[in-house]
Amino acid sequence: MIRVVLPAHLKTLAKIGSEVELEIAGPVTQRSVLDALEQRYPVLRGTLRDQVTQRRRDFLRFFACEQDLSHESPDALLPEAVASGTEPLLIIGAVAGG
Amino acid sequence: MSRVRVLVGTRKGAFVLTGDGKRDRWEVDGPHFGGWEIYHIKGSPADPNRIYASQSSGWFGQVIPRSEDGGKTWEPVGNEFVYDGEPGTHQWYDGTPHPWEFKRVWHLEPSPDDPDTAYAGVEDAALFRTTDGGKTWQELAGLRGHGSGPKWQPGAGGMCLHTILLDPSDANRMFIAISAAGAFRTDDGGDTWQPINRGLRSEFIPEPTAEVGHCVHRIAMHRSRPKVLFMQKHWDVMRSDDGGDSWHEVSGNLPTDFGFPIDVHAHEPDTVYVVPIKSDSEHYPPEGKLRVYRSRTGGNEWEPLTKGLPQQDCYVNVLRDAMATDTLEPCGVYFGTTGGQVYASANSGDSWTPIVRDLPPVLSVEVQSLA
Repeated sequence: MIRVVLPAHLKTLAKIGSEVELEIAGPVTQRSVLDALEQRYPVLRGTLRDQVTQRRRDFLRFFACEQDLSHESPDALLPEAVASGTEPLLIIGAVAGG
Repeated sequence: MSRVRVLVGTRKGAFVLTGDGKRDRWEVDGPHFGGWEIYHIKGSPADPNRIYASQSSGWFGQVIPRSEDGGKTWEPVGNEFVYDGEPGTHQWYDGTPHPWEFKRVWHLEPSPDDPDTAYAGVEDAALFRTTDGGKTWQELAGLRGHGSGPKWQPGAGGMCLHTILLDPSDANRMFIAISAAGAFRTDDGGDTWQPINRGLRSEFIPEPTAEVGHCVHRIAMHRSRPKVLFMQKHWDVMRSDDGGDSWHEVSGNLPTDFGFPIDVHAHEPDTVYVVPIKSDSEHYPPEGKLRVYRSRTGGNEWEPLTKGLPQQDCYVNVLRDAMATDTLEPCGVYFGTTGGQVYASANSGDSWTPIVRDLPPVLSVEVQSLA
Protein backbone atom coordinates (compact mmCIF):
# COMPACT_ATOMS: atom_id res chain seq x y z
CA MET A 1 0.00 0.00 0.00
CA ILE A 2 1.48 3.33 -1.06
CA ARG A 3 0.55 6.45 0.87
CA VAL A 4 0.43 9.83 -0.89
CA VAL A 5 -0.17 13.25 0.65
CA LEU A 6 -1.39 15.97 -1.72
CA PRO A 7 -1.38 19.78 -1.40
CA ALA A 8 -4.53 21.19 0.16
CA HIS A 9 -5.91 22.65 -3.09
CA LEU A 10 -5.64 19.30 -4.87
CA LYS A 11 -7.28 17.50 -1.94
CA THR A 12 -10.19 19.89 -2.34
CA LEU A 13 -10.28 19.46 -6.11
CA ALA A 14 -10.26 15.65 -5.90
CA LYS A 15 -12.46 15.56 -2.76
CA ILE A 16 -9.82 13.67 -0.82
CA GLY A 17 -9.79 13.73 2.97
CA SER A 18 -6.22 13.27 4.15
CA GLU A 19 -3.91 10.68 2.62
CA VAL A 20 -4.51 8.62 -0.49
CA GLU A 21 -3.72 4.92 -0.32
CA LEU A 22 -2.86 3.22 -3.59
CA GLU A 23 -2.08 -0.34 -4.62
CA ILE A 24 0.75 -0.41 -7.15
CA ALA A 25 1.46 -3.54 -9.17
CA GLY A 26 5.12 -3.62 -10.19
CA PRO A 27 7.94 -1.17 -9.49
CA VAL A 28 7.04 1.75 -7.23
CA THR A 29 8.26 4.86 -9.03
CA GLN A 30 7.10 8.46 -9.33
CA ARG A 31 5.55 7.56 -12.67
CA SER A 32 3.71 4.46 -11.44
CA VAL A 33 2.42 6.30 -8.37
CA LEU A 34 1.20 9.29 -10.40
CA ASP A 35 -0.34 6.98 -13.02
CA ALA A 36 -2.28 5.17 -10.29
CA LEU A 37 -3.24 8.44 -8.63
CA GLU A 38 -4.57 9.92 -11.89
CA GLN A 39 -6.41 6.71 -12.69
CA ARG A 40 -8.22 6.84 -9.35
CA TYR A 41 -8.78 10.61 -9.55
CA PRO A 42 -8.93 11.68 -13.23
CA VAL A 43 -9.48 15.30 -12.17
CA LEU A 44 -5.82 15.40 -11.12
CA ARG A 45 -4.64 14.89 -14.70
CA GLY A 46 -2.69 17.96 -15.71
CA THR A 47 -2.42 19.33 -12.18
CA LEU A 48 0.71 17.40 -11.14
CA ARG A 49 2.44 17.00 -14.48
CA ASP A 50 2.04 18.45 -17.93
CA GLN A 51 -0.62 16.71 -20.01
CA VAL A 52 1.68 16.41 -23.02
CA THR A 53 5.24 16.14 -21.75
CA GLN A 54 4.35 14.39 -18.47
CA ARG A 55 6.97 16.56 -16.76
CA ARG A 56 6.45 17.55 -13.13
CA ARG A 57 4.86 20.96 -12.88
CA ASP A 58 7.51 23.53 -11.98
CA PHE A 59 6.07 24.58 -8.61
CA LEU A 60 5.53 21.08 -7.24
CA ARG A 61 8.07 18.99 -5.37
CA PHE A 62 8.17 15.34 -4.38
CA PHE A 63 9.52 14.65 -0.88
CA ALA A 64 9.84 11.40 1.07
CA CYS A 65 11.96 10.11 3.94
CA GLU A 66 13.37 13.62 4.43
CA GLN A 67 14.73 13.66 0.89
CA ASP A 68 13.85 15.83 -2.11
CA LEU A 69 13.15 13.37 -4.92
CA SER A 70 11.91 16.00 -7.36
CA HIS A 71 14.87 15.74 -9.67
CA GLU A 72 15.06 11.96 -9.69
CA SER A 73 14.07 10.16 -12.87
CA PRO A 74 10.32 9.48 -12.91
CA ASP A 75 11.25 5.84 -13.42
CA ALA A 76 13.67 5.61 -10.46
CA LEU A 77 12.50 3.39 -7.63
CA LEU A 78 11.08 5.30 -4.66
CA PRO A 79 12.59 4.55 -1.22
CA GLU A 80 11.68 1.19 0.30
CA ALA A 81 9.88 2.95 3.15
CA VAL A 82 7.52 4.52 0.60
CA ALA A 83 7.07 1.28 -1.32
CA SER A 84 6.17 -0.52 1.92
CA GLY A 85 3.79 2.21 3.08
CA THR A 86 5.85 3.06 6.15
CA GLU A 87 6.42 6.60 4.90
CA PRO A 88 4.14 8.67 2.61
CA LEU A 89 5.17 10.31 -0.64
CA LEU A 90 4.64 14.01 -0.02
CA ILE A 91 3.60 16.16 -2.99
CA ILE A 92 4.31 19.73 -1.97
CA GLY A 93 3.31 23.02 -3.54
CA ALA A 94 6.31 25.34 -3.61
CA VAL A 95 6.30 28.26 -1.20
CA ALA A 96 6.27 30.89 -3.93
CA GLY A 97 4.28 33.99 -4.68
CA GLY A 98 0.73 34.93 -3.70
CA MET B 1 -39.65 39.62 -11.95
CA SER B 2 -36.32 39.82 -13.75
CA ARG B 3 -33.06 39.11 -11.99
CA VAL B 4 -29.43 39.42 -12.89
CA ARG B 5 -26.53 37.20 -12.02
CA VAL B 6 -23.08 38.76 -12.09
CA LEU B 7 -20.24 36.27 -12.48
CA VAL B 8 -16.97 37.59 -11.10
CA GLY B 9 -13.56 36.00 -11.60
CA THR B 10 -10.78 37.12 -9.27
CA ARG B 11 -7.18 36.31 -8.47
CA LYS B 12 -8.33 34.12 -5.59
CA GLY B 13 -11.63 32.60 -6.59
CA ALA B 14 -15.02 33.18 -8.20
CA PHE B 15 -18.03 35.01 -6.82
CA VAL B 16 -21.65 34.91 -7.93
CA LEU B 17 -23.61 38.10 -7.23
CA THR B 18 -27.36 37.82 -7.65
CA GLY B 19 -29.48 40.96 -7.88
CA ASP B 20 -33.15 41.74 -8.22
CA GLY B 21 -34.60 43.53 -11.24
CA LYS B 22 -33.98 46.91 -9.70
CA ARG B 23 -30.38 45.90 -9.14
CA ASP B 24 -30.22 47.47 -5.72
CA ARG B 25 -30.35 44.34 -3.54
CA TRP B 26 -27.63 41.76 -3.90
CA GLU B 27 -26.66 38.36 -2.56
CA VAL B 28 -23.00 37.45 -2.65
CA ASP B 29 -22.01 33.80 -2.99
CA GLY B 30 -18.38 32.70 -2.86
CA PRO B 31 -15.53 32.29 -3.01
CA HIS B 32 -15.78 29.29 -5.25
CA PHE B 33 -12.40 27.70 -6.02
CA GLY B 34 -10.77 29.72 -3.24
CA GLY B 35 -7.10 30.34 -3.85
CA TRP B 36 -7.27 29.71 -7.61
CA GLU B 37 -7.15 32.35 -10.33
CA ILE B 38 -10.45 32.60 -12.17
CA TYR B 39 -9.59 34.33 -15.42
CA HIS B 40 -13.14 34.06 -16.76
CA ILE B 41 -16.54 32.65 -15.93
CA LYS B 42 -19.45 32.79 -18.36
CA GLY B 43 -22.91 31.27 -18.71
CA SER B 44 -24.50 29.68 -21.75
CA PRO B 45 -27.09 31.92 -23.43
CA ALA B 46 -28.95 28.73 -24.41
CA ASP B 47 -29.12 27.44 -20.83
CA PRO B 48 -28.29 30.12 -18.24
CA ASN B 49 -27.80 27.54 -15.50
CA ARG B 50 -24.92 26.04 -17.50
CA ILE B 51 -21.81 28.04 -16.60
CA TYR B 52 -18.20 27.43 -17.56
CA ALA B 53 -15.21 28.75 -15.62
CA SER B 54 -11.48 28.93 -16.18
CA GLN B 55 -9.77 27.90 -12.94
CA SER B 56 -6.00 28.02 -13.04
CA SER B 57 -2.98 28.24 -10.82
CA GLY B 58 0.75 28.69 -11.24
CA TRP B 59 1.16 25.55 -9.14
CA PHE B 60 -1.50 23.22 -10.48
CA GLY B 61 -2.24 24.35 -14.03
CA GLN B 62 -5.64 24.50 -15.67
CA VAL B 63 -9.01 23.14 -14.57
CA ILE B 64 -12.37 23.78 -16.27
CA PRO B 65 -15.27 23.56 -13.83
CA ARG B 66 -18.84 23.52 -15.09
CA SER B 67 -22.03 24.30 -13.21
CA GLU B 68 -25.52 23.04 -14.05
CA ASP B 69 -27.33 25.03 -11.39
CA GLY B 70 -26.40 28.62 -12.00
CA GLY B 71 -23.11 28.55 -10.12
CA LYS B 72 -24.18 26.95 -6.85
CA THR B 73 -22.25 23.72 -7.43
CA TRP B 74 -19.48 22.82 -9.82
CA GLU B 75 -17.84 19.75 -11.31
CA PRO B 76 -14.57 19.72 -13.23
CA VAL B 77 -14.78 18.69 -16.87
CA GLY B 78 -11.92 18.34 -19.37
CA ASN B 79 -8.69 20.25 -19.04
CA GLU B 80 -6.62 18.81 -21.85
CA PHE B 81 -5.71 21.61 -24.26
CA VAL B 82 -3.29 20.10 -26.75
CA TYR B 83 -2.20 22.05 -29.80
CA ASP B 84 -3.02 20.39 -33.09
CA GLY B 85 -0.02 18.70 -34.72
CA GLU B 86 3.47 20.09 -34.29
CA PRO B 87 2.93 23.30 -32.28
CA GLY B 88 5.73 25.22 -34.00
CA THR B 89 7.16 28.46 -32.66
CA HIS B 90 6.25 32.09 -32.12
CA GLN B 91 8.58 34.97 -31.29
CA TRP B 92 9.84 35.29 -27.75
CA TYR B 93 10.41 38.67 -26.10
CA ASP B 94 13.97 38.74 -27.44
CA GLY B 95 12.87 37.91 -30.97
CA THR B 96 14.03 34.30 -30.89
CA PRO B 97 11.68 31.44 -31.85
CA HIS B 98 9.88 29.98 -28.85
CA PRO B 99 7.75 26.83 -28.87
CA TRP B 100 4.03 27.20 -28.34
CA GLU B 101 3.22 26.12 -24.76
CA PHE B 102 -0.22 25.99 -23.21
CA LYS B 103 -0.43 28.09 -20.01
CA ARG B 104 -4.07 28.92 -19.24
CA VAL B 105 -7.51 29.73 -20.57
CA TRP B 106 -8.18 33.46 -20.64
CA HIS B 107 -11.69 33.56 -22.07
CA LEU B 108 -14.61 31.15 -22.47
CA GLU B 109 -17.35 31.94 -24.97
CA PRO B 110 -20.35 29.60 -24.87
CA SER B 111 -22.36 29.14 -28.08
CA PRO B 112 -25.57 31.19 -28.27
CA ASP B 113 -27.68 28.15 -29.14
CA ASP B 114 -25.99 24.98 -27.88
CA PRO B 115 -25.06 24.62 -24.19
CA ASP B 116 -22.53 21.89 -25.03
CA THR B 117 -20.56 24.07 -27.44
CA ALA B 118 -18.12 26.67 -26.20
CA TYR B 119 -14.91 28.30 -27.34
CA ALA B 120 -11.78 28.84 -25.25
CA GLY B 121 -9.14 31.46 -25.93
CA VAL B 122 -5.84 30.38 -24.46
CA GLU B 123 -2.26 31.45 -23.76
CA ASP B 124 -0.06 30.77 -25.75
CA ALA B 125 -2.54 32.14 -28.23
CA ALA B 126 -4.87 29.63 -29.79
CA LEU B 127 -8.59 28.95 -30.06
CA PHE B 128 -10.16 25.71 -28.85
CA ARG B 129 -13.72 24.43 -29.11
CA THR B 130 -15.72 21.88 -27.19
CA THR B 131 -18.92 20.30 -28.48
CA ASP B 132 -19.45 17.94 -25.55
CA GLY B 133 -19.90 20.36 -22.68
CA GLY B 134 -16.21 20.79 -21.95
CA LYS B 135 -15.19 17.14 -21.67
CA THR B 136 -12.87 17.42 -24.66
CA TRP B 137 -11.37 20.41 -26.44
CA GLN B 138 -10.10 20.60 -30.02
CA GLU B 139 -7.95 23.36 -31.44
CA LEU B 140 -9.19 25.39 -34.42
CA ALA B 141 -5.70 25.22 -35.79
CA GLY B 142 -6.32 27.33 -38.87
CA LEU B 143 -5.83 30.42 -36.73
CA ARG B 144 -2.24 29.65 -35.73
CA GLY B 145 -1.69 28.13 -39.15
CA HIS B 146 -2.79 31.15 -41.10
CA GLY B 147 0.83 32.12 -41.75
CA SER B 148 1.73 34.95 -39.43
CA GLY B 149 1.90 32.78 -36.28
CA PRO B 150 5.71 32.59 -36.20
CA LYS B 151 5.75 36.44 -36.01
CA TRP B 152 3.38 36.74 -33.04
CA GLN B 153 4.97 38.01 -29.87
CA PRO B 154 3.68 38.05 -26.28
CA GLY B 155 2.62 41.25 -24.56
CA ALA B 156 3.68 41.91 -20.99
CA GLY B 157 0.77 39.78 -19.77
CA GLY B 158 1.62 36.85 -22.00
CA MET B 159 0.57 35.89 -25.51
CA CYS B 160 -3.10 35.45 -24.84
CA LEU B 161 -6.18 35.04 -26.97
CA HIS B 162 -8.53 37.09 -24.81
CA THR B 163 -11.49 38.12 -26.97
CA ILE B 164 -13.95 35.89 -28.82
CA LEU B 165 -16.98 37.43 -30.55
CA LEU B 166 -19.52 35.20 -32.27
CA ASP B 167 -21.48 36.94 -35.01
CA PRO B 168 -25.17 36.49 -34.11
CA SER B 169 -26.20 36.86 -37.75
CA ASP B 170 -23.72 34.40 -39.24
CA ALA B 171 -22.72 31.21 -37.43
CA ASN B 172 -19.61 30.90 -39.58
CA ARG B 173 -18.22 34.31 -38.64
CA MET B 174 -16.11 34.88 -35.53
CA PHE B 175 -13.75 37.58 -34.40
CA ILE B 176 -10.88 37.02 -31.99
CA ALA B 177 -8.09 39.19 -30.61
CA ILE B 178 -4.62 38.36 -29.38
CA SER B 179 -2.09 40.37 -27.41
CA ALA B 180 0.13 41.23 -29.13
CA ALA B 181 -0.77 39.92 -32.56
CA GLY B 182 -4.00 41.77 -33.28
CA ALA B 183 -7.52 40.92 -34.44
CA PHE B 184 -8.51 38.08 -36.74
CA ARG B 185 -11.73 36.97 -38.42
CA THR B 186 -13.03 33.71 -39.79
CA ASP B 187 -15.91 33.44 -42.25
CA ASP B 188 -15.96 29.65 -42.47
CA GLY B 189 -16.55 28.54 -38.89
CA GLY B 190 -12.92 28.65 -37.85
CA ASP B 191 -11.19 26.70 -40.62
CA THR B 192 -9.39 29.71 -42.07
CA TRP B 193 -8.62 33.14 -40.64
CA GLN B 194 -7.46 36.52 -41.82
CA PRO B 195 -5.90 39.35 -39.84
CA ILE B 196 -8.20 42.39 -39.64
CA ASN B 197 -5.86 45.16 -38.52
CA ARG B 198 -5.95 47.64 -41.41
CA GLY B 199 -6.14 51.14 -40.00
CA LEU B 200 -4.49 50.29 -36.69
CA ARG B 201 -1.34 52.23 -35.95
CA SER B 202 1.03 51.13 -33.17
CA GLU B 203 4.12 53.22 -32.64
CA PHE B 204 5.68 50.58 -30.40
CA ILE B 205 6.28 48.13 -33.27
CA PRO B 206 8.91 48.59 -35.98
CA GLU B 207 6.33 48.94 -38.74
CA PRO B 208 3.45 50.86 -37.10
CA THR B 209 0.84 49.73 -39.65
CA ALA B 210 1.99 46.12 -39.94
CA GLU B 211 -0.52 43.38 -40.71
CA VAL B 212 0.07 41.76 -37.29
CA GLY B 213 1.78 42.76 -34.06
CA HIS B 214 -0.81 45.15 -32.61
CA CYS B 215 -1.68 44.94 -28.95
CA VAL B 216 -5.47 44.79 -29.16
CA HIS B 217 -6.94 44.87 -25.65
CA ARG B 218 -10.62 44.24 -26.36
CA ILE B 219 -13.27 44.25 -29.08
CA ALA B 220 -17.02 44.67 -28.63
CA MET B 221 -20.10 44.62 -30.87
CA HIS B 222 -23.83 45.13 -30.58
CA ARG B 223 -25.72 42.01 -31.57
CA SER B 224 -28.10 43.97 -33.83
CA ARG B 225 -25.22 45.38 -35.88
CA PRO B 226 -22.43 42.83 -36.03
CA LYS B 227 -20.45 44.57 -38.75
CA VAL B 228 -19.76 47.49 -36.45
CA LEU B 229 -16.92 46.71 -34.06
CA PHE B 230 -15.41 48.83 -31.31
CA MET B 231 -11.86 48.23 -30.16
CA GLN B 232 -9.82 49.35 -27.19
CA LYS B 233 -6.27 49.03 -28.42
CA HIS B 234 -3.22 49.41 -26.19
CA TRP B 235 -3.46 53.07 -27.12
CA ASP B 236 -6.39 54.30 -29.25
CA VAL B 237 -10.09 53.53 -29.29
CA MET B 238 -11.03 52.33 -32.77
CA ARG B 239 -14.16 51.56 -34.77
CA SER B 240 -14.84 49.42 -37.81
CA ASP B 241 -17.98 49.64 -39.91
CA ASP B 242 -17.13 46.76 -42.21
CA GLY B 243 -16.58 43.75 -39.97
CA GLY B 244 -12.97 44.60 -39.29
CA ASP B 245 -11.83 45.13 -42.88
CA SER B 246 -10.80 48.64 -41.90
CA TRP B 247 -10.61 50.67 -38.70
CA HIS B 248 -10.66 54.36 -37.84
CA GLU B 249 -9.88 56.07 -34.58
CA VAL B 250 -12.75 57.35 -32.41
CA SER B 251 -10.79 58.35 -29.29
CA GLY B 252 -12.06 61.92 -29.71
CA ASN B 253 -12.08 63.89 -26.45
CA LEU B 254 -11.07 61.06 -24.09
CA PRO B 255 -8.55 62.23 -21.46
CA THR B 256 -6.35 59.29 -22.46
CA ASP B 257 -7.05 56.61 -25.03
CA PHE B 258 -5.18 53.87 -23.19
CA GLY B 259 -7.36 51.32 -21.42
CA PHE B 260 -8.50 47.74 -21.36
CA PRO B 261 -12.28 47.06 -21.52
CA ILE B 262 -14.80 48.34 -24.02
CA ASP B 263 -18.45 47.44 -24.13
CA VAL B 264 -21.69 48.40 -25.88
CA HIS B 265 -25.08 49.31 -24.40
CA ALA B 266 -27.60 46.46 -24.72
CA HIS B 267 -30.28 48.57 -26.45
CA GLU B 268 -28.35 51.43 -28.06
CA PRO B 269 -25.81 50.21 -30.64
CA ASP B 270 -24.01 53.57 -30.69
CA THR B 271 -23.61 53.83 -26.91
CA VAL B 272 -20.15 52.64 -25.95
CA TYR B 273 -18.25 52.49 -22.66
CA VAL B 274 -14.51 52.63 -21.91
CA VAL B 275 -12.42 53.22 -18.80
CA PRO B 276 -9.48 55.50 -19.63
CA ILE B 277 -6.24 54.59 -17.89
CA LYS B 278 -3.35 57.02 -17.57
CA SER B 279 -0.73 55.13 -19.57
CA ASP B 280 0.75 51.76 -20.35
CA SER B 281 3.28 52.16 -17.55
CA GLU B 282 0.83 53.72 -15.08
CA HIS B 283 -2.09 51.34 -14.89
CA TYR B 284 -4.44 53.60 -12.95
CA PRO B 285 -6.98 56.30 -13.81
CA PRO B 286 -5.74 59.81 -14.61
CA GLU B 287 -5.84 62.27 -11.69
CA GLY B 288 -6.82 59.49 -9.28
CA LYS B 289 -10.43 59.73 -10.54
CA LEU B 290 -12.22 56.56 -11.57
CA ARG B 291 -14.29 57.56 -14.56
CA VAL B 292 -16.19 55.48 -17.06
CA TYR B 293 -16.54 57.35 -20.34
CA ARG B 294 -19.66 56.92 -22.45
CA SER B 295 -20.16 57.85 -26.06
CA ARG B 296 -23.71 58.02 -27.37
CA THR B 297 -22.47 58.72 -30.89
CA GLY B 298 -20.49 55.58 -31.62
CA GLY B 299 -17.25 57.24 -30.57
CA ASN B 300 -15.41 60.57 -30.81
CA GLU B 301 -17.69 62.41 -28.37
CA TRP B 302 -17.30 61.06 -24.85
CA GLU B 303 -18.77 62.09 -21.49
CA PRO B 304 -17.35 61.18 -18.09
CA LEU B 305 -19.59 59.14 -15.78
CA THR B 306 -18.54 59.82 -12.21
CA LYS B 307 -21.59 59.68 -9.94
CA GLY B 308 -20.90 57.11 -7.25
CA LEU B 309 -17.34 56.42 -8.37
CA PRO B 310 -14.32 57.58 -6.34
CA GLN B 311 -13.09 60.95 -7.59
CA GLN B 312 -9.94 61.24 -5.55
CA ASP B 313 -7.01 59.03 -4.57
CA CYS B 314 -8.20 56.12 -6.71
CA TYR B 315 -5.44 54.07 -8.32
CA VAL B 316 -7.08 50.85 -9.38
CA ASN B 317 -7.19 49.35 -12.86
CA VAL B 318 -10.06 47.76 -14.78
CA LEU B 319 -8.93 44.74 -16.76
CA ARG B 320 -10.05 43.82 -20.26
CA ASP B 321 -12.65 41.20 -19.38
CA ALA B 322 -13.97 43.04 -16.32
CA MET B 323 -16.90 44.97 -17.85
CA ALA B 324 -20.33 43.74 -18.92
CA THR B 325 -23.85 44.97 -19.69
CA ASP B 326 -27.19 43.35 -18.90
CA THR B 327 -30.26 43.39 -21.14
CA LEU B 328 -32.75 44.81 -18.67
CA GLU B 329 -34.47 48.16 -19.17
CA PRO B 330 -32.74 50.46 -18.49
CA CYS B 331 -29.50 48.75 -19.38
CA GLY B 332 -27.26 47.78 -16.47
CA VAL B 333 -23.49 48.25 -16.71
CA TYR B 334 -20.99 46.48 -14.45
CA PHE B 335 -17.25 46.55 -13.97
CA GLY B 336 -14.71 45.20 -11.51
CA THR B 337 -11.41 46.67 -10.40
CA THR B 338 -8.02 45.41 -9.37
CA GLY B 339 -8.89 46.85 -5.95
CA GLY B 340 -11.68 44.29 -5.54
CA GLN B 341 -14.70 46.50 -6.10
CA VAL B 342 -17.53 45.51 -8.43
CA TYR B 343 -19.58 48.56 -9.43
CA ALA B 344 -23.07 48.38 -10.92
CA SER B 345 -25.13 50.99 -12.71
CA ALA B 346 -28.84 50.31 -13.19
CA ASN B 347 -29.26 53.38 -15.42
CA SER B 348 -26.87 52.97 -18.33
CA GLY B 349 -23.97 54.45 -16.39
CA ASP B 350 -25.57 57.64 -15.06
CA SER B 351 -24.80 56.57 -11.49
CA TRP B 352 -22.92 53.73 -9.86
CA THR B 353 -22.94 51.81 -6.60
CA PRO B 354 -20.54 49.12 -5.45
CA ILE B 355 -22.08 45.65 -5.11
CA VAL B 356 -18.98 44.52 -3.21
CA ARG B 357 -15.91 46.48 -2.19
CA ASP B 358 -13.30 44.09 -0.93
CA LEU B 359 -12.89 41.11 -3.22
CA PRO B 360 -9.47 39.96 -4.45
CA PRO B 361 -8.33 41.75 -7.63
CA VAL B 362 -11.09 41.31 -10.23
CA LEU B 363 -10.07 39.64 -13.48
CA SER B 364 -13.44 39.30 -15.19
CA VAL B 365 -17.08 40.31 -14.92
CA GLU B 366 -19.96 38.80 -16.87
CA VAL B 367 -23.67 39.27 -16.33
CA GLN B 368 -26.68 37.13 -17.07
CA SER B 369 -30.17 38.62 -17.36
CA LEU B 370 -32.61 36.07 -15.98
CA ALA B 371 -36.39 35.86 -16.29
